[in-house]
Amino acid sequence: MVPLSWYVGLSSALFLVGLVGVLVRRNTLVVLLCIEIMLNAVNVNFVAFSKYQHVIDAQILVFFVITVAAAEVAIGLGIIISLFRLKGSVNIDDFNILKL
Amino acid sequence: MTFLSIPILTFLIFFPIVGGIFLLPFMKMKNSDTTVKWVAVGITVIEFIASLTLLIGGNPGTFQMQFAEDHLWIPFANIHYTLGIDGISLVLIIMTTLLMPMCIFTSWVGINKRVTEFMIAILVLEGAMIGVFAAMDFILFYVFWEAMLIPMFLIIGVWGGPNRIYATIKFFLYTLAGSLFLLLAIISLYFEGGHTFNIVSLMGQHYSPIFQDFAFVALFLAFAVKVPMFPFHTWLPDAHVEAPTAGSVILASVMLKMGAYGFIRFSLPMFPKASVFFTGFIFALSLIGIIWGAMMALAQEDMKKLIAYSSVSHMGFVTLGIFVFNAQGVEGAILQMINHGVTTGALFLCVGVLYDRTHSRLLSDYGGIAKVMPVFSTMLVIFSLSSLGLPGLNSFVGEFLVLLGAFRANAAVGVIAAIGIILAALYMLYLLSKVVWGKYEPRSWALPDMNRYEWASLLPLLVIVVWLGVQPNALLSMLHVSVTHLLGQVSSASPLASLSGGF
Amino acid sequence: MSFYVLIPLLPLIGFLITGIFWPYFKGKGHIVTVPLMIASWVLSLRAFSETMSGPSVHLKLFDWIDSGSFHVAISLMVDHLTAIMLVMVTTVSTLVHIYTVGYMKDDSGYDRFFAYISLFTFSMIMLLMSDNLLELFVFWEAVGFCSYILIVHWYERKPSWVAANKAFIMNRIGDFGFMLGILLVYVVFGTLNYSEIFQKLPAHIHDSINLWSAFNGTTHYSVITVIALLLFVGAVGKSAQLPLHPWLPDAMEGPTPISALIHAATMVTAGIFMIVRLNPIYNASAVAMSVVAWTGALTAVVAATIALTQRDIKKIVAYSTMSQLGYMVMACGIGAYGAGIFHLLTHGFFKALLFLGAGSVIHSMSGEQDIFRMGGLSRAMKITFATMMIGSLALSGIPPFAGFYSKDLILSEAFQSGPTGHIFWMIGVLTAMLTAFYTFRLVFVVFLGKENFSEGEHHHGHEGHAPHESPLVMTFPLIFLSFMALTAGWAGNHYDIVGFLSQSMTVPHPTARPELSEDSLKAISVIVGLVGILLAYFLYAKPSTVPQRMAHQFKRLYSLSLNKWFFDEFYDLVFVKPTIFLSFLLWKEVDKGVIDGIVNGVAEFCQTSAASLRRLQTGQLQNYALVMAIGLFGMVSVFLFIR
Repeated sequence: MVPLSWYVGLSSALFLVGLVGVLVRRNTLVVLLCIEIMLNAVNVNFVAFSKYQHVIDAQILVFFVITVAAAEVAIGLGIIISLFRLKGSVNIDDFNILKL
Repeated sequence: MTFLSIPILTFLIFFPIVGGIFLLPFMKMKNSDTTVKWVAVGITVIEFIASLTLLIGGNPGTFQMQFAEDHLWIPFANIHYTLGIDGISLVLIIMTTLLMPMCIFTSWVGINKRVTEFMIAILVLEGAMIGVFAAMDFILFYVFWEAMLIPMFLIIGVWGGPNRIYATIKFFLYTLAGSLFLLLAIISLYFEGGHTFNIVSLMGQHYSPIFQDFAFVALFLAFAVKVPMFPFHTWLPDAHVEAPTAGSVILASVMLKMGAYGFIRFSLPMFPKASVFFTGFIFALSLIGIIWGAMMALAQEDMKKLIAYSSVSHMGFVTLGIFVFNAQGVEGAILQMINHGVTTGALFLCVGVLYDRTHSRLLSDYGGIAKVMPVFSTMLVIFSLSSLGLPGLNSFVGEFLVLLGAFRANAAVGVIAAIGIILAALYMLYLLSKVVWGKYEPRSWALPDMNRYEWASLLPLLVIVVWLGVQPNALLSMLHVSVTHLLGQVSSASPLASLSGGF
Repeated sequence: MSFYVLIPLLPLIGFLITGIFWPYFKGKGHIVTVPLMIASWVLSLRAFSETMSGPSVHLKLFDWIDSGSFHVAISLMVDHLTAIMLVMVTTVSTLVHIYTVGYMKDDSGYDRFFAYISLFTFSMIMLLMSDNLLELFVFWEAVGFCSYILIVHWYERKPSWVAANKAFIMNRIGDFGFMLGILLVYVVFGTLNYSEIFQKLPAHIHDSINLWSAFNGTTHYSVITVIALLLFVGAVGKSAQLPLHPWLPDAMEGPTPISALIHAATMVTAGIFMIVRLNPIYNASAVAMSVVAWTGALTAVVAATIALTQRDIKKIVAYSTMSQLGYMVMACGIGAYGAGIFHLLTHGFFKALLFLGAGSVIHSMSGEQDIFRMGGLSRAMKITFATMMIGSLALSGIPPFAGFYSKDLILSEAFQSGPTGHIFWMIGVLTAMLTAFYTFRLVFVVFLGKENFSEGEHHHGHEGHAPHESPLVMTFPLIFLSFMALTAGWAGNHYDIVGFLSQSMTVPHPTARPELSEDSLKAISVIVGLVGILLAYFLYAKPSTVPQRMAHQFKRLYSLSLNKWFFDEFYDLVFVKPTIFLSFLLWKEVDKGVIDGIVNGVAEFCQTSAASLRRLQTGQLQNYALVMAIGLFGMVSVFLFIR
């Protein structure tokens, strides 16, 4: 049987890939995808621990996460589209109006 | 003691606030300005009449808090909704309710944008100010104390002059910084004074000398900013100059009194030892304030600034009188608070009358208005004379009693304070010479004499100025018992240090 | 209510009616005030006759201030001193009311003027009737205010309001001392009531006070002396003594009736009245007495020298008033209170006469006040000339006119009061000569000689009509006052006014009835007066170049006199300019610069430090996310390590 640490390693690697993607990529769409990767890294963790702890709750939580992620992607894409309409670009550097 | 079975103090606090809320729908309505003004007049007049029931129902023979109300408000911290007044707060409340209708009358012409919002701010402010004078729970007091700032902030910031943003933020931050120390003192008192915020029971405690000193300094910072005492006074001229007339009147007449009221209500009875210890310090600041304010007033070209600096000088007499610890000084100080409220309020109303016609407050823009506005000039002359302390008008009695008290406490202090009276004549006559006397040169504006709204705002004050000058006992008799009790609290806790000089 | 209340009340009612309803009177203000004033005059005569026989009256009106142990009531007290002063004040005031009807005719402020002179009369009467120091002070300042508001009557002219301000402020400086005196009286005696003070006086006569205790000084002064001197500062201001006198001549900018009423007969004598009223305090302090006497003597002679060279008819009379006030103060200083009050009364009549006469002249010259632009008026204004002549003779102390008796009484008492008294006597005689000289200089230049004006040249440009006699409403007061100037002195001497007054003084001053001086002394003062008159006659009655040549010869002295000893310039340089300069300096540099600078500096510090911190906010979400991630890692690792 595959030990737990492998799953944890996999999920950590996935999470890091996602995090680095969020931090360094300039394309808003890719950033959104990276966020999804991070969410799925969490999902892997949930499922693995659920299996090893013999509790089903975590697997239910995964469905929640997937649902929320779907909703989030819908909203996120909507935001990106309206940003694109506004600025004519999906480059994240162009969206710095939070700066005073 | 109830009014239509509603507790009278609660009624006085919340009636104007509720009235203000009922005015909210008018914000969207067009051409409702006159209606709103009349409604506001109605509310403030009812409020004034209701406040007079305090006079009828009050018992001047006791120092106990009267019309007391007490309800638990926030149980976990033992915070109550406690109200009550004694003779000192009684006269201040009546002065407040009296001045409010005049503030509305004086805004009749001057305020012509966002009239409804203005009236709401004034009404909410009135409720909060009465709350400050009536609160007998420290947290409740603090709530009203801070709540008062908000409408005032808006009144200066929205309806003020060209430099209003600077002035209003300066005013707000200055007083807020002071209030922080007040909050600090309140919380530490809670732990030192037996886990209660009740003001009367906090007065009964004995605090260690070191705690007294610290708490006194904290309260001093809060109140000195509000009075304002000498080095903390620079917000006042700016705020006055930029505020609309009604704002200036409320600021000068009521809000400045809060600081002095704080000294009388909290600093003296709660920290008598510290009060005696800091007496010399307060004397020095008061004397500097008296002379400084008067000299600054001499150098002003702007009428409102002149009157604002004269307030610094007059309030110096108040703080001086409070800390001489004898009946004449304290009663004189309270009388001076009322007198300053009436007289300086009236002077700001007078400046408002001129400003509404000319949109200028510069002395150099006037001259010889006695020719075209004889009735108004007469009023202005009388109020100016009151301000410079002419006997027979109100201010003299207060100033004289303070001087008498100060002279008894320390002759040198009395002598220096009396110089302020010479200087008062200098700057008030300077104002009169520049505005009322001289040759009238027609300018681009017309100067018709007073209209009926201005009559309505100035005539009652004129009557009071003369009445209090001839019959100060009417007011003093309400104070005797409370002041005697206060002085008893001071001297019982600390055998009064002999301050008398020269004898 | 006794009729005494009505004496002050009637003028007050007159003031209230004309003052409140002035727009409706439209030049008929005298209809209310004059009858009320006459009624008040009649009542004060009755009060006088009652005090002649009965005891003094004391009425408490109402409690004014009660605070702790401090109690002051507004009361009326009529004793002999008050009664006789009341008669003078109401007489002059009534006559001035009548005179004003003619003099101020067509003035735009006619009704206002009547309101204020009634208010003044009320205040003056209350001042005289007060029974405690604070009440005295209240009306002391009230008459000062009336003086201010009446000087500024023609407010459009700059000299008017400048003079009014000067009068008010100089009086305030005096009142500063007066108020401190009152405070000290209360601290020492525990009361402000005259009779109670006098009762407690013996117990405190040796008390001393350390004036510099606040500064660790150790010198002690007699408390009675300090009180007496502080109160005297008030009198110096009000009675225009050196050095607080310059307001009085300037006050002549006001209409002439008030110069006669306020600045000659009544208000300016309040200082003397106060000293006499408080004579036990002054008697108890030799130092204060000599200060009072010297102040009076110096004022008398300095004012007389200034009057020698003035050209303005009213200023000459004003300086003579100041000089005569000096006489009275000197009399008080040597303890001759009765003589001082006697002179005060006769002076009140003849000086009011002179002012009203001067007013009549000015009226007929349509506002001209320079005596060298008049001349030869005796032909056109016979009544005015005759009455002015009587007034001038009275002022010069020529028998049998009023001034002779009172002035001679002062001089003789001065002579009898010891070695320094001889000096005062000499100063008095010198002043008498100067007085006679400048008074008749005025009379001769104005009424004799050739006419120095031409038709149509007048200032206030009515149709340039020729000088004319004034109407009856103006000449009647002149005639009445002339009668008083003729008889008051004789009557006062005959009916022993000094003995009468001594009844109301707690310390009876004259042991025996003071006689007029010996014949030789009497003769000297009369001769000196006559010399002055003759000198004026030779120099000014006919055209002569001698005055110019003398002015040229003694240029320094002449300029000193003409420029009023440079008091105004001195005050301007030493007090006025530095105060204003200092105010502006402190405002600009300290108040705005330092204090507000610190306040704004704190705000600026917050702003600049926030501005540099603001750079952290880039608006790049990824930056925030990076910081968040680092923070998260940091916290997790800290958590792991610590565990």
